[in-house]
Amino acid sequence: MLELKHLVKRFGDHVAVEKVSFTLKKGEVLGFLGPNGAGKSTTMRMVAGVIEPDEGDVVIAGHSIINQPREAQRRLGFLPEGAPLYGDMTPVEFLNFLSTSHDLAKVERKRAIDRVVADARIANVANRRIVTLSKGYRRRVGLAGALLNDPDVLVLDEPTDGLDPIQKRAVRALIARMAPEKAILISTHTLEEVPAMCNRAIIIDRGRIVADGTPDSLTGQSPGGLEETFITMAGTAEADGV
Amino acid sequence: MRQWAVDTLTGLKASYSRELRAYFATPLAYVFMAIFLMMLGFFTWEASNFFDTGAADLQPFFYWHPWLYMIFMPALSMRLWSDETAAGTSELLMSLPVSVTGLAAGKLLAAWTVAAVSLVLTFPMWLTVNYLGAPDNTAIFLSYLMSLIMAGAYLSIGAAVSSLVSSQVLAYVIGVVVAFVFTAAGWPMVVGAVSGALGAAAGDLVATFSFLTHFETAERGVLELRSLIYFFGVIALWLALNVLWVSHRRNGAR
Ligand SMILES: Nc1ncnc2c1ncn2[C@@H]1O[C@H](COP(=O)(O)OP(=O)(O)OP(=O)(O)O)[C@@H](O)[C@H]1O
Ligand SMILES: [Mg+2]
Repeated sequence: MLELKHLVKRFGDHVAVEKVSFTLKKGEVLGFLGPNGAGKSTTMRMVAGVIEPDEGDVVIAGHSIINQPREAQRRLGFLPEGAPLYGDMTPVEFLNFLSTSHDLAKVERKRAIDRVVADARIANVANRRIVTLSKGYRRRVGLAGALLNDPDVLVLDEPTDGLDPIQKRAVRALIARMAPEKAILISTHTLEEVPAMCNRAIIIDRGRIVADGTPDSLTGQSPGGLEETFITMAGTAEADGV
Repeated sequence: MRQWAVDTLTGLKASYSRELRAYFATPLAYVFMAIFLMMLGFFTWEASNFFDTGAADLQPFFYWHPWLYMIFMPALSMRLWSDETAAGTSELLMSLPVSVTGLAAGKLLAAWTVAAVSLVLTFPMWLTVNYLGAPDNTAIFLSYLMSLIMAGAYLSIGAAVSSLVSSQVLAYVIGVVVAFVFTAAGWPMVVGAVSGALGAAAGDLVATFSFLTHFETAERGVLELRSLIYFFGVIALWLALNVLWVSHRRNGAR
């Protein structure tokens, strides 16, 4: 459902993403791990069509993000890093804007907005200006936006960052509920939630994939568990310092 | 191609309604209109001695439009793209299944709508001249129409410039400078200087590219096809640059 083919992205001389390839099938929830500056967000931006890869391609539900970007984006839900939103809008206005952008029909629109407002649990703030919302609520509004078009492929850049434990659990439950119908790519720095949320994990470091397996297999690789695997795989150098 | 048109229209609708709402959700549109109307009134009344000219027409009023647009229109357009870049929402925008052309057109039209509302709010001037005498109302209507189109040209410059920077202040300053170039090119002083240095033909050529020159005939209520084409050409050019610059960011920095 989601296929990344040899993605390469350079910023000047600096190679941010180097030949990243993997395939996600329906039902897979992939935890995308890696140290700061490893290239997670850059990869996800390329998947979402926000930036163009220098080399390679991404295929979303059969549509190339390069040759048929709009077709691919129709089947995609994207939560950018930091969940940027329009502060001057209320969540409902924001979701209305997105449903116009996705060209949803009137009847469908109402139903879709009600569904995501319930799923992201933002009903109690639905009519407040987004600027006045707390960080966690903003994240949830962004999540609601990513779910609005009921996409086949979900790309969530640190969706649980800033959420309280109750909401983290709610998001995990939501993802588990949606998982059978979608392919989901999630980046996170909270390693503990990986086994609970994901059925596959990839570690990238300095733009390259260094490990790919189930959370259990990666946990089993070191006596210290997933965290130690992460550190031995990726902790060799500060990727951002180059 | 058909799909592209649909995606453009969708993007236009979405961004138009969002931007228009943003103008009126914040004090921006109201403050803009209030100050714009005040300045226009001041220049028309004080600087042009509206009541002393004796003629019942709006020429002293329209005379100031290019100059005021040069200062005011970049203030309307400065936030269009720079805000998206600063807030990171451009990333969200670029992940939506709509064309950049649609987004850019929607943004431009939203700012244009605010300009149109401001222009409509100058109707007391029109009423006044009708009270004072018997002006040629068709001519005045045509001047208004041309002024509105010219406002769109100024806005298209400002919108395109705002896609190059992530700061509203910079977008405003650069916008005014570019707008000044397009305005002042028709100033007798500039035309004279260019004619003196490079010959009359060069002077005329420079003047042809000025908003001032093309608006001059419209001030007298004459609608010239040439000027109409010119202004729409300017809008199309800057809109294309806007789309190009936004799309170009897909290659690298956001
Ligand atoms: N627009 C840009 N211009 C130049 N360099 C960039 C740009 N975006 C990212 N980079 C560089 O690319 C590398 C990868 O960045 P990226 O944001 O993808 O990391 P990340 O894995 O998401 O990190 P984090 O965990 O901190 O979010 C970094 O070295 C970063 O400095
Ligand atoms: Mg990141």
